[in-house]
Amino acid sequence: MRRDIFQAIADPTRRAILVLIAAQAMTPNALAEHFDTTRQAVSKHLRILTECELVKQEYQGREIYYQLEIKKMKEIDKWLEQFRKIWEDRFTQLDKVLLKLKSNKK
Amino acid sequence: MKSTLLFDFTVDKAAKTVFITREFDAPLSLVWDAYTKQEILDQWWAPKPYASKTKAMDFKVGGRRFYAMVSPEGQERWSVQKYTSITPKTNFKMFNAFADKDETLELPGSDWDFNFSEQNGKTKVSISIYNESLARLEKMIEMGFKEGYAMQMQNLDELLVTLSQRK
Repeated sequence: MRRDIFQAIADPTRRAILVLIAAQAMTPNALAEHFDTTRQAVSKHLRILTECELVKQEYQGREIYYQLEIKKMKEIDKWLEQFRKIWEDRFTQLDKVLLKLKSNKK
Repeated sequence: MKSTLLFDFTVDKAAKTVFITREFDAPLSLVWDAYTKQEILDQWWAPKPYASKTKAMDFKVGGRRFYAMVSPEGQERWSVQKYTSITPKTNFKMFNAFADKDETLELPGSDWDFNFSEQNGKTKVSISIYNESLARLEKMIEMGFKEGYAMQMQNLDELLVTLSQRK
C-alpha cells in the first residue's frame, strides 16, 4: 500500500521521530526511550515512515538503524514552504499595519 | 534580533486542513479590526508584489467580501468570502471560493475559521482552513503566486528597525 506522506507527518509522534533521527541514525529501542508509548507503537510509526520513504533502514550487525531520507523530506518542505511563505509575508505586512494603527491612536 | 512573535503553520493532509497560528503585538480590538475592515484588510492581505482590492464588503452573517488579488501587471484574480458565523472579537467563520469578475463562484471552496484571544497585550489568531480537496490548496498556491512571487524580507527588516528604535 502506498502511503500518504502528508498523513505521515501529520502525527506528532512521527514528527518527533523525524526530528530525533535527523540528528543521528537510531535503533527502534533507542527511539522508544524518548516516548511514553510502547516499543510496538514506535515500530508502527517507523513502519509508516518507511512506507512513505521518509526514513530508511540500515543494518549494522543484528541492529536496525533508522535514518532520515533527506531528499524526500525536502520535497514536502518545498511544497509547504510556498504556502507558509505566503502567510509569513502576509503577517509581516499586518505587523506593519498594526504598528501604524497603534501609533495613530496615541 | 528575530521576531519573537509565535508563528505556527501545519498542514494535516489527512484532515485536509491547514492550521495557522500567529501572535501580534497589538491589542485584540485592533487585530480584530485588521481582519474585519476592508480598508485595513486591503493593506496587508495580499503578499507583495500583489495588491488586495476589495470591491464590496459587508461584514455580517450572510454578508460577503468580494475582492481581487491584483498582480503587478494588473491581472485580477477574484475571490468571494461569505461570512457564515460571527462572534465579535472572538471568532468568525467564512466560506471562501475563487470567482470570476462577475462573482460567479468556482467550486469547491474552503471553510475558514478564525479565533482571536488576547494575553498580556498580545493577540493570538488561530486560523484553520478546511479544503474539500487538497488539489484545490495546490491550485490556491499556484494561481495567485506563481513565479515572480518573492518573499519581501525587507518588510520584516523595516519592521524590526522601527521596533528597536521605539525601545
